[in-house]
Amino acid sequence: MSERPTYTPFHPGWYRPRISTWWWLRRRSSLVFILREVSSIFVAWFVVFFLLLVAAVGRGEAAYQEFMGWAATPGIVLVNLVSLLFVVFHAVTWFNLAPQAMVVHMRGKRVPGKLIAASNYGLWVVTSLLVAWIVLAGWT
Amino acid sequence: MDDRITMRLARYRPEEEDEPTFEEYEVPCHKEWVVLDGLNYIKDQLDGTLSYRWSCRMGICGSCGMTVNGEPKLTCATFLTDYAPGPVHVEPMQNFPVVRDLIVEMTDFMEKLTAIKPWIVRDEERPLAEGEYRQTPDELNEYKQYSMCINCMLCYAACPVYGLDPDFIGPAAIATAQRYNLDSRDEGSDERLDLLSLHEGIWACTFVGECTKVCPKKVDPAGAIQRYKLDAALTSLKDLLLPWGAR
Repeated sequence: MSERPTYTPFHPGWYRPRISTWWWLRRRSSLVFILREVSSIFVAWFVVFFLLLVAAVGRGEAAYQEFMGWAATPGIVLVNLVSLLFVVFHAVTWFNLAPQAMVVHMRGKRVPGKLIAASNYGLWVVTSLLVAWIVLAGWT
Repeated sequence: MDDRITMRLARYRPEEEDEPTFEEYEVPCHKEWVVLDGLNYIKDQLDGTLSYRWSCRMGICGSCGMTVNGEPKLTCATFLTDYAPGPVHVEPMQNFPVVRDLIVEMTDFMEKLTAIKPWIVRDEERPLAEGEYRQTPDELNEYKQYSMCINCMLCYAACPVYGLDPDFIGPAAIATAQRYNLDSRDEGSDERLDLLSLHEGIWACTFVGECTKVCPKKVDPAGAIQRYKLDAALTSLKDLLLPWGAR
C-alpha cells in the first residue's frame, strides 16, 4: 500500500471560507449558545456582589448601610436586574441539558431524561423556597 | 401542484475560480425523491460536471452529508418536497475545506478518528483457542448507541467549536472513543484518556449540543462527551485522593 495521506492545512486549491465575526447571529441555536456563555459573566458578577455584601456586613452596621445605599442606586439595580435575567437563563438552559450529561441507572434501567431535568428543577424550587423563607422570616 | 423544484447548488472549480459560485437547476419534485435524487438527476441529465460524494442512498455509508438550506443533512434522507416550493440551497458541509463543488476534504477527521484507537485494546490478547470474548445483552446495550456512528461528519459541520478551533478532536471521534471505553471487552480507556484529556479533547467542548441535534443515527455525541468529562474528573480526583495501592 502507498504511504498514508497526510493532512495539508495549506493546500492551495482548497477553498476555506473565513468564519464571520457574527456567525453566532445566523442560527437561533448559536445565539442561545453564545448567550449562555456570556451569562457566566453575570454569574461571576453575582458572586462578586455577594462577597462585597459579606465584607460590608463584616465591617459593621455603618458599612452595611452604606453598601445597601449603593446597592439601591439605579445603576446597580439595573445591572442586578439584567444579571438576574441572565442567571435564570443560564440555570434553565443548563437544567434542560442536564439529562444528556447524567446517565443514571436504577434497578438496571436508565432513568428517563425528563425525570432528571424535573428533579433538577425540583431542587431549584425547594432551595429557592428555603432561601425565601430565611430572608422573609428575618424581615418580620 | 407544481412538480418541479429549483435546486441552487454551490459550485467551486479551483482551476477556474477563487471562491464558490451558485448555479440553479430545475429538477422534478417527486414525493419520494430526496435531495440526493435531485443531484443525481442533475449529474445525469443537466450538468455532468457536478461533483459530490454519495454511495448507499440509505443512511448507512455516511458519504452524502451536505448543507441543505443552512442545516447539515444527509442528502439521502432529506426529502425535496419538504423544501417545496423551493429553491433548495445545497452547499458543501461547513467547517471543512472545499475540494470541489460539494466535496469537502476529510483527512483531518480521518486522522483524529484513528488517533483515539477505535478498536478493542487488550492489555494481553487471549489465545484464539480460548474462544471469543463473550458479552451479555446488557453489556452490549452500554455502548450500542455510540456504535451506530457512520462517520458522516455532520456533527463536525454543526459544531461551532470545531469551526473556530480545528484542533478540537470533535464529536464523532470522542463518541467513538466512548463506544470502546464502555465495551466490556476493551481495556484501552487509559490510553484514550491521555489524548482526550488534552485541551483539544473533551475540555474544548462547551456543550453546544448541535452535534446531537444533527446526528442522523441518534448517537448523541454531546452526551458522550459530557459523560467523558465526568469520568475524567472522577479519575483525576481518585488519582489525587487515593493512595497508590488502592487505584
